[in-house]
Amino acid sequence: MIEVRHLTRYYGSFAALEDVSFEIREGEIIGLLGLNGAGKSTTLKILAGLITPSEGEVKFEGHDVTENPEAVRSRIGYLPESPPLYKDMTVSAFLTHIGRLKGMSAADVQRRLPSVIELAQLQGREDQIIDTLSHGYRKRVGIAQAVLHDPRLVILDEPISGLDPRQIVGMREVIRGLADKRGVIVSSHILSEISQTCDRILVIDGGRLVAQGTEAELAERAGGGERRIQITVKGDEARFVEWLAAHPAVEAAKPLLATHPGTAVAHVELKERDGRAKLVPDLIQAGFTLWLLEGPEDDLEEIFLGLTGKAA
Amino acid sequence: MNTWLVARRDLVGYLRSYAGFAIISGCLLIDGLLFNFVALGQGAEYSHKVLEEFFNLTSGLTMIAAILFTMPTLAEEHDNGTDVLLRTSAVSDRSVVLGKFFGAMGMLGLLVALTAYMPAMILVNGKISLAHVAVGYLGLMLLGSSVASIGVFASSLFRTQLPAGVIGGVITVAMLLGWAGSQVTDPPFTDVLAYVALYQGHFEAFKEGRLLSGGVIFYLSVTFVFLTLATTVLQSRRHE
Repeated sequence: MIEVRHLTRYYGSFAALEDVSFEIREGEIIGLLGLNGAGKSTTLKILAGLITPSEGEVKFEGHDVTENPEAVRSRIGYLPESPPLYKDMTVSAFLTHIGRLKGMSAADVQRRLPSVIELAQLQGREDQIIDTLSHGYRKRVGIAQAVLHDPRLVILDEPISGLDPRQIVGMREVIRGLADKRGVIVSSHILSEISQTCDRILVIDGGRLVAQGTEAELAERAGGGERRIQITVKGDEARFVEWLAAHPAVEAAKPLLATHPGTAVAHVELKERDGRAKLVPDLIQAGFTLWLLEGPEDDLEEIFLGLTGKAA
Repeated sequence: MNTWLVARRDLVGYLRSYAGFAIISGCLLIDGLLFNFVALGQGAEYSHKVLEEFFNLTSGLTMIAAILFTMPTLAEEHDNGTDVLLRTSAVSDRSVVLGKFFGAMGMLGLLVALTAYMPAMILVNGKISLAHVAVGYLGLMLLGSSVASIGVFASSLFRTQLPAGVIGGVITVAMLLGWAGSQVTDPPFTDVLAYVALYQGHFEAFKEGRLLSGGVIFYLSVTFVFLTLATTVLQSRRHE
């Protein structure tokens, strides 16, 4: 649907993006992950047609975004980090105005408005002046304006920034609902958010795309992922760690602080991805009662550090 | 259609805000006082001379109002981040600029229309031709459109409206002083400066009720040039 090839963008002599290439497919939610200043917003602005690339090309369903911006813009919905809103208007008046600006007829806007209000979870707020809405609802109005014209690609720049935990849960549902028949690209520097919302992740660092793939693929590339597990058993910690260290499938084992009395917890790095299939039966045979087997809680964080060598 | 959408949004925004009414009522108050003390306060005078003085006084306020109405147009959108809505919509940069211009012209038209009670008073108490009134008002709108286009251009250059207003005012004053400049320079600067003068050499005919094509072409040309410059500024933003 979108092909990005060798995208480079300079601000003066500073290269904000260098030779970035990726694709976005229909029905896919792509996460653009990177630290502040990594080049995420610049990438999204180019995709939205707000700025032009210094080098490279963006093809949207065969059309060059730079050469034919007005035709492409009508098929793209964009929400910047700070939602652009005419705060003196009511929600429905604002959305009607934006729909018309996006090239929709008045009848089309009225037909589409109820479903967009529902999608953005704005029911009951239609006649409220935008200036009186909370930050979370303003973000939703921002999303509603981005999808009102039924775009093929929705671009969301840091959509959860500034939201409280309840609003974040609501926003996740909204974002997932968008990918039904279009592509969605979401930028964030919050690792857990990307992990929970997106099908595929692009890791950008210093203006360069350092990795892309599913979380599992990135973990593999970062040199860990499914080879790292956390095991909780009922039993003696010292014997458990000693047994793990001696097992042929285990590369390294490190005891962790147990949260339940009588249990022992260890972080285990396996020699192979399917090492757990050998380890678990042996563990039970050795007399340990398996309490919990899980991946490390901060998996994506470790992957990100492994790929960029920086703290998030 | 897109131009109308942008213009309507600005017009409604002005009519909802105190700023629009403050500018209109302030200008009408000053215009009314000047009309009373300057145009009518000179003793016995021919009606057409009073009407000329009215257009003379109102032209200054029209120029000030044009700057005040246009200085927030693009700068405020940029400042609030709502320019993104226009720049990612199906509306071309030219339509955005035209919409902003016509939105401001709508308010300026309202202001100019509300001054009509003054020529009406002259008409009731004296003898003037309606054609003189119509040509004078056409001149006011053409002069206003030139200054409004300068204001839109200045607004495209800045993120906030205050510097936009200052620069718009400076360009307008510089063009008004073109006539003075032509008096102290040698050819070919004399002719150039005299031609670009916004008031002298162009507006006098309108205020006297004479419709000259040269004046119409001049004001439309100034409007076209500054609106094109504003469009170019918006287009260049994508390459910054």
